[in-house]
Amino acid sequence: MEPVISLGNGTAELGGHPVLRGVDLTVHPGEVVALLGANGSGKSTTVRAVVGQVPLTGGELRLFGTPVREFRDWQRIGYVPQRSTAAGGVPATVREIVAAGRLARRGLRPLRRADRAAVDRALAVVGLADRGREPVGSLSGGQHQRALIARALTTEPDLLVMDEPLAGVDLASQQVLADTLDRLAGEGTAVLVVLHELGPLAPLIDRAVILSGGRVERTADRPEQLPDAHPCHPADAVEPSARPQLQPGIL
Amino acid sequence: MPEFLEPAFMQRALLAALLIGVAAPSVGIYLVQRRQALMGDGIGHVALTGVALGFLFSTSHVWMAVLVSVAGGVIMELVRYSGKARGDVALAMMFYGGMAGGVMIVNVAPGGTTANLTSYLWGSITTVSPSDITTIVLLTAVVLLIAFGLRRQLFSVCQDEEFARVTGLPVRLLNLLLAVTAAATVTVAMRVVGLLLVSALMVIPVVAAQQTARSFAATLGLAIAFGVTVTLSGTVSSYYVDVPPGATIVLLAIGLFALTALLATPLARRRARRAARAGAPGAAPAAAPAH
Repeated sequence: MEPVISLGNGTAELGGHPVLRGVDLTVHPGEVVALLGANGSGKSTTVRAVVGQVPLTGGELRLFGTPVREFRDWQRIGYVPQRSTAAGGVPATVREIVAAGRLARRGLRPLRRADRAAVDRALAVVGLADRGREPVGSLSGGQHQRALIARALTTEPDLLVMDEPLAGVDLASQQVLADTLDRLAGEGTAVLVVLHELGPLAPLIDRAVILSGGRVERTADRPEQLPDAHPCHPADAVEPSARPQLQPGIL
Repeated sequence: MPEFLEPAFMQRALLAALLIGVAAPSVGIYLVQRRQALMGDGIGHVALTGVALGFLFSTSHVWMAVLVSVAGGVIMELVRYSGKARGDVALAMMFYGGMAGGVMIVNVAPGGTTANLTSYLWGSITTVSPSDITTIVLLTAVVLLIAFGLRRQLFSVCQDEEFARVTGLPVRLLNLLLAVTAAATVTVAMRVVGLLLVSALMVIPVVAAQQTARSFAATLGLAIAFGVTVTLSGTVSSYYVDVPPGATIVLLAIGLFALTALLATPLARRRARRAARAGAPGAAPAAAPAH
């Protein structure tokens, strides 16, 4: 089957400094791949390159078999950026934020009834169906993150790209995220997720790619063992929460 | 008919006030959302150079101001996009360059002095001519068409630009369109409140509205209602009391902001109490642990 993401020897720079020094990454349909690594290892840059937001200075990137320069089918990709980017200067409801995702299908045309139905479905998937009319500012960190995931799901994407979705998210919400991802992966959606620690997502991950200094340090097909073997950050090693003690089902 | 509606100049003034009361917050909301509340001020200063060029070439001051401020808005957007200069530095250059350019050019113009610029700096709503009204109606129509027709798209770009790019929206085009729309609004509003106070009408009704509104749509609706209220009441009061309309409008807007700021906290408390009462049984969020 054709890979959803195929990145070969990808290099990229930020402000003239090389950040990616030859990253290889392949994600197949229905596969859940985690990108791990210390701060500054190139995790976020890799996903931002995949969604076309950081230009590659070398290597080849194909999305659904199409070279990224020719790729126009962005509605097939749901992107969940780091949460800090979602706060604007004017109040907005959860629904207004989530509806923005639907523009991947509508472009410059106004939203229709079918789009509103898609927004309803996306809100229901992340368990926010009854919070649509609330301002995003009133949500907890976890609920906020779920709203951003709902925004990415409005187009029913074939690939979900998430940058640190567990950062600042309480354990209960982490479990909701894990359940949501489990269901999506079961339906054939490929997932590329940047993680600082695996947490409740550990059992879902098919493959973990560990980056270090802008290169793939190693790839693990049994990532449940990873946090013990490879702390992402020196501080994690002494943090009990860094070890996946909270197995699914405990909540 | 009320007395203030009888003179033709007042009819024109009130029509101009109504249109700008609707248009300024409709565009300003996106600038506030993008945390660029002062962009209107930058464009206003550049528009002064346009007005002065109108004197120099003896052409329409308003259309010259439209041309130059659109150019200023586009340049500022391109500078922001290239990331070569910080946004506030680009804005500062526009403030000073626009002002100095305007003063220099109007003094070079035959028979021109800085006194010619006064009515544009502080507004002169009671001298709005029938041809000014045509221009104002035309520009307002364009502004509202963009601000409302592309509401979702502009919202997305101003809320989270990177996400908007990934959805495939033409983000650069939308940003340029917003800059052009802001420039058109500034030139429409300069006759009403003056170039130095123009941005107040784009910003204050919006920040007053967001004290109490919970959604973007409600903020927009309330901001327009506030905008129209202050422009109309300011124009009418300046008819009866001998006060400058532009300054009256802006001071009324600030008063409205102070009032909404005072009301915001008790209103939020009441809402929270009502939500707690309504949601008490079985209102636990879906994410709450089952135990």
